[in-house]
Amino acid sequence: MPTFDLSQTPLRELNQALHGLAAGANDTEFEVVNPRGSHAVAVGCDAPVAVSIRGSVGYYCAGMNSAATVTVHGSAGPGVAENMMSGTVVVEGDASQYAGATGRGGLLVIKGNAASRCGISMKGIDIVVHGNIGHMSAFMGQSGNLVVLGDAGEALGDSLYEAKLFVRGSVKSLGADCVEKEMREEHLTLLAGLLERAGVTGVEPSEFRRYGSARKLYSFDIDNADAY
Amino acid sequence: MCGIVGLFLKDPALEPRLGELLSAMLITMTDRGPDSAGIAIYGKPVPRRMKLTLQFDRPQEDFDGLAEQLEHLSGDAVTVSLKSSHAVVQLPAEALDDARAFLRRALPSIRMMSAGESVEIYKEVGLPQEVVARFDIRSMAGTHGIGHTRMATESAVTTLGAHPFSTGPDQCLVHNGSLSNHNNLRRELARAGIRFETENDTEVAAAYLTARMAKGRNLGEALEDGLCDLDGFFTFVVGTRTGFGVLRDPIACKPAVMAETTSYVAFGSEYRALVDLPGIDGARIWEPEPASVYFWDRDRLAGESTLAA
Repeated sequence: MPTFDLSQTPLRELNQALHGLAAGANDTEFEVVNPRGSHAVAVGCDAPVAVSIRGSVGYYCAGMNSAATVTVHGSAGPGVAENMMSGTVVVEGDASQYAGATGRGGLLVIKGNAASRCGISMKGIDIVVHGNIGHMSAFMGQSGNLVVLGDAGEALGDSLYEAKLFVRGSVKSLGADCVEKEMREEHLTLLAGLLERAGVTGVEPSEFRRYGSARKLYSFDIDNADAY
Repeated sequence: MCGIVGLFLKDPALEPRLGELLSAMLITMTDRGPDSAGIAIYGKPVPRRMKLTLQFDRPQEDFDGLAEQLEHLSGDAVTVSLKSSHAVVQLPAEALDDARAFLRRALPSIRMMSAGESVEIYKEVGLPQEVVARFDIRSMAGTHGIGHTRMATESAVTTLGAHPFSTGPDQCLVHNGSLSNHNNLRRELARAGIRFETENDTEVAAAYLTARMAKGRNLGEALEDGLCDLDGFFTFVVGTRTGFGVLRDPIACKPAVMAETTSYVAFGSEYRALVDLPGIDGARIWEPEPASVYFWDRDRLAGESTLAA
């Protein structure tokens, strides 16, 4: 298992090693030690490898991830898993603002809390947060699912498109055009699958409420001018 | 961008290392802003003495004879210690106002960086590494301090445009962000008698807090008032003689990480700034909440923190 000590090795060596993996390469597990809050750790992976990062990272860890499983054994700075395409990113600690922003696919699991703008402009990613999320989360979320076991901050789902939001705790306020929706059988099934994939146990899908778009702000309508 | 750091010590054993720890934190933040850098250090006060930190364009010429002139004015011993382009003047507390008036009148090219019982502020154009070395910050002891490395947006890259800004005795502030109502607020504060040295938005925030505290509000309350009256983006770290405060605006797009142990409270724009602090692996680390005031005061029991709002 290749190990990269970021207190000794430049970050580019790690990222180039990850980017240079040929299909079917033997190295499928990487370990990163002493990340010391470095930016852009393990960005742009596009092979089905597992990357374990022992410590906390700075901006944009695992951005644009495809296929890889990246685990941060610590906390993550702003923009973790930003624009993820596929694969899995797990943050054992907390995540700063805009975790999973614009993500198109894959699964982001945050075992602590996520700060503001979690899942902003999400486009297909699934995000499961074990703790709470901050304000303006899922702003303009287009598709994908955001699952929050704790509480959500102000203006959840503002200007939401078709992302589905599931919150187990309280929601401080809903954003423009975001409403609570009925939890139907299909949603309980979806949620059960997401919780299982995120390693959540002892929590029932029925404990959550579902929020989604009221679909009034999709297209400009002069009668809604006040809401824009 | 801009990078800001702060360190408030609870354990006196760390006090000799304040300058060293804070310097390392600030240098780590260099790539958040290369324009200018500054540090405020709160050292041990000397009873009945005040400190003035001055900055000179021509240190050799302006420094010459300064101690004698100030002694003549105050009728008591005055010490002046020169550090590169700055000098720290220690003088009897009752002579402070006369000394400031004299300096403004007789030596208008001298800039007053700070005044107070314990604070010293050093700031210049250049990178943190250079500024820290130039003033030998690493060797300084103290109880708390804050630092800033600047990427200029709202005013020119000059010494006076560098942070920290000090607008009241032993008060200073560093800022990451930009204020949008600083011109109006500057006019209001100027009408109330506050002097401004620059066109900088952060100086207005510092002066605003000074004005609130002059009205009897404590640091935490003044910061809370700021949430109503200051418009724009801001993460502030503020120092007073005994206090240390942090405030983020409600949008909170400017980054902030805090760490607390039994020995210290630390602030960094990023976690990177905190990684070399002693005992960081066991610290409580968190991102300060938007629109929430955090402040600590040395006059309270060590370890007690106050969270308002």
